[in-house]
Amino acid sequence: MSAIHIVTRRSFIKSLGFASGGLIFACSIPSSTENKEQKPFNGSIFEPNIFIQLKDNGELVLLATRSEMGNGVRTSLTSVIADEMDADWEKVSVLQATGDAKFMDQNTDGSRSVRFLFEPMRKMGATARAMLVAGAAKKWGIDANKLKADNHYVINTENGDKLFYGDLVKEASEVPVPENPVLKKPTDFKYIGKGLKSIDSKGFVSGKPKYGIDIKLEGMKYAAVARCPVTFGTVKSFNKDEALKVKGVLDVVEIPRIAKPFGPLGGVAVIASNTWAALKGKEALLIEWDNGANETYSSESYDAMIEQNVLKKGKEIRNDGNIDREFKNATQTVESTYHLPHLVHAPMEVPNATGWVHDGICEVWAPVQAPQATRKEVADYLDTSLENVTINVTFLGGGFGRKSKPDFVVEAVILSKIIDAPVQVIWSREDDIKHSYYHAVSAQYMKGALDENNKVTGWLHRAAYPSITSTFAPDTGYAAGFEFGQGMTNLPYAIENIRCENVKAPAHVRIGWLRSVYNIIQGFSVNVFADELAVKAGKDPLQFRLDLIGPDRIIKNNQEDYHFDSAKLKHVLRTAAKNANYGKKLPKNHGIGIAVHYSFYSYVASIIEVSVKENNLKVHSIHSVIDCGTAINRNTITAQMEGAAMFGLSLAFYGKITAKNGAVEQSNFHDYQMLRISDAPKVNVEIVESQDKPTGVGEPGVPVIAPALINAIFNATGKRYKKLPLMDEGLV
Amino acid sequence: MATLIINEKKYKIDADPEMPLLWAIRDSVGLTGTKYGCGKGLCGSCTVLLDGKPIRSCLTPVSQAEGAVILTIEGVENENKVLQEIWADMNVAQCGYCQSGQIISALALLKENNNPTDEDIDTAMNGNICRCGTYQRIRKAIHKTAELTNTTTIK
Repeated sequence: MSAIHIVTRRSFIKSLGFASGGLIFACSIPSSTENKEQKPFNGSIFEPNIFIQLKDNGELVLLATRSEMGNGVRTSLTSVIADEMDADWEKVSVLQATGDAKFMDQNTDGSRSVRFLFEPMRKMGATARAMLVAGAAKKWGIDANKLKADNHYVINTENGDKLFYGDLVKEASEVPVPENPVLKKPTDFKYIGKGLKSIDSKGFVSGKPKYGIDIKLEGMKYAAVARCPVTFGTVKSFNKDEALKVKGVLDVVEIPRIAKPFGPLGGVAVIASNTWAALKGKEALLIEWDNGANETYSSESYDAMIEQNVLKKGKEIRNDGNIDREFKNATQTVESTYHLPHLVHAPMEVPNATGWVHDGICEVWAPVQAPQATRKEVADYLDTSLENVTINVTFLGGGFGRKSKPDFVVEAVILSKIIDAPVQVIWSREDDIKHSYYHAVSAQYMKGALDENNKVTGWLHRAAYPSITSTFAPDTGYAAGFEFGQGMTNLPYAIENIRCENVKAPAHVRIGWLRSVYNIIQGFSVNVFADELAVKAGKDPLQFRLDLIGPDRIIKNNQEDYHFDSAKLKHVLRTAAKNANYGKKLPKNHGIGIAVHYSFYSYVASIIEVSVKENNLKVHSIHSVIDCGTAINRNTITAQMEGAAMFGLSLAFYGKITAKNGAVEQSNFHDYQMLRISDAPKVNVEIVESQDKPTGVGEPGVPVIAPALINAIFNATGKRYKKLPLMDEGLV
Repeated sequence: MATLIINEKKYKIDADPEMPLLWAIRDSVGLTGTKYGCGKGLCGSCTVLLDGKPIRSCLTPVSQAEGAVILTIEGVENENKVLQEIWADMNVAQCGYCQSGQIISALALLKENNNPTDEDIDTAMNGNICRCGTYQRIRKAIHKTAELTNTTTIK
């Protein structure tokens, strides 16, 4: 199982076109982690591997190695261990791991925590169970085959005698670690596939869980950093007099930009005795900036440019058959251009970090999605070894991809080193909106050919968007294979003639990944364009789409061990249609829209019903269906799909980041709005029953929402919106 | 020096009278359940009760809160334990960060209206953003709390 992961990650790096740019640091699973890291028995705790501690009172401490940001991972992966271990969930508590390669890949993004770790965690749990059973067999002096484990006990199946797990810590510690422990049959799962509540649900209502921003250390100072409004601009000069007059401000220092993918932008930092003084002091700084080359970036002209350029031929990245011939022979053709703006994650908890450099070591407390990458960035900055750096992962008040990039952590470390005290850096909401790693702006041109039977015979998809690779390597203006593969080059439609092209679009801000990434862009155009084709063909959009997906077939993915199954894609669409009662007679001014998308190896369909009265849009219902293979935690999956629908509506309604003279124009929730409860429709979620390997959950629910909404609005009004957000159209 | 009464306890703090209550509660008193989200009264993460009314503590200076009775998330268990239990039981939270403010706003709503409709909930809760999108469960948790509380009262 580890071999699969190694191949996966290496090939991903390869597809990015650079060797070790910083996206992924933990490329392999150390074999020692699997089950050989058994610690010597200390007298009261059984530790069969680094993920499990069973105490002699029965308390079971399980390690969460992935970051908790609403994804429910502290519950899902630990419950997998507990299930295979036949442990009592009531006795489980969860310990958050620090960033360390021995815990395997900890990078909590790409909707892959469960996909990567389901099997390894099963094995961890099964190892512990086998050892407890073997320990009991030894204690009783009978054959282990006569024993079974159940709910924190080993039971003698012949006479019903029981031994409590806590009473077996010594014996279990003394038996050899099995090489290949027997895994449970899925039918015997007790927690997997059910809907365990979050292990933190009680904490979350108490105000007690510690997020990064809640860390308080003895002698800790607070810091706010003023950064150049233009990306990569630098400080020319600054005056700190007014800032120093603010009560509580202690010092003002300049920090450099570190020109690395996850390096801080640099700027002027205000150190204070409380957060408010730091923020107020920052406002009082007078800074003259050297804006640098990105000063020319203005969305108005840039967007017009990529919309023009996308009409001209680009670099071919997929070419099947002969679309030029098909367009010539077509009975009808359809052309469309779509434009989607930059977006920003805006997690409710702003970027923040607490760093403390002391006595030759560095300790960090921070809400990070990638603790190993964070550790490496900090160690590199301090020019020390990884062992001298500890990354304590707090709860994350949302991540959505922003907190994969530890630039904000390095700021805290720089400042702690300068002032020789623990420092907590806090970004204001304005800092967060104005200095992020943005979701790419995009223009896309599509052209389709229909024959005399209204069958789609040709499909051209041309996309222009700045690439995430621009953050990691010199910008060529072209995007990369892993970006095209998010809904464009892996088009799941049975069309003989397909051409995909990429058009240059240089980056002028830092580009990063945001929940679902380029699937948002390409999932939008493919789903809206398919609807436009259906309309042109005079066919029902649902049947038309099922025909486009075509016959049952498997499309092999040579880089991964997961293959596309067209039957699954049709199944989620049909199921959503059934749940939404598709085809029912709709009230006046109502419309229904569909979208279906394959991402992170999961299959999702959403059907949205809207009404539009006097240009007033209301979303009445969303029916989403996901096939994510084996469902580990139905409660979490349902919650993620509900949340993904809100995330999708937010971006469709309001999401837009623009730049003028290089500076981001939005600043806070009044001009970068979020969906609020009054706009939130009911979301119905169905999870397809499956025994296949688990696939992504956190992101796949997002890309379908905006296109299903656009298609529903068309169905209601006959008007096709090709640009987002809809607030610019006066609809919301 | 300013004196704040939070969750029935008195705190003497050395804070600028202009300092927003949010930072006094978090940095000076050390109760970190109340969260910073926007600093402009736009997201509701910092909501606390001031003399029973929900306010945005990021905009309320310490000088205005002196002498008032302040309730933060850490004090909710003494005010409406049912709400808290239902909220946990229905697993409303995802990342959990905005939930302190959501629960305080819900608590204020239920004090005013023990049987709110969806519309009442939307109106009362519209100042509280949840980026994870837990709105559907928030509505359900408020309805369920109202239902349980009312039944208990009748008994």
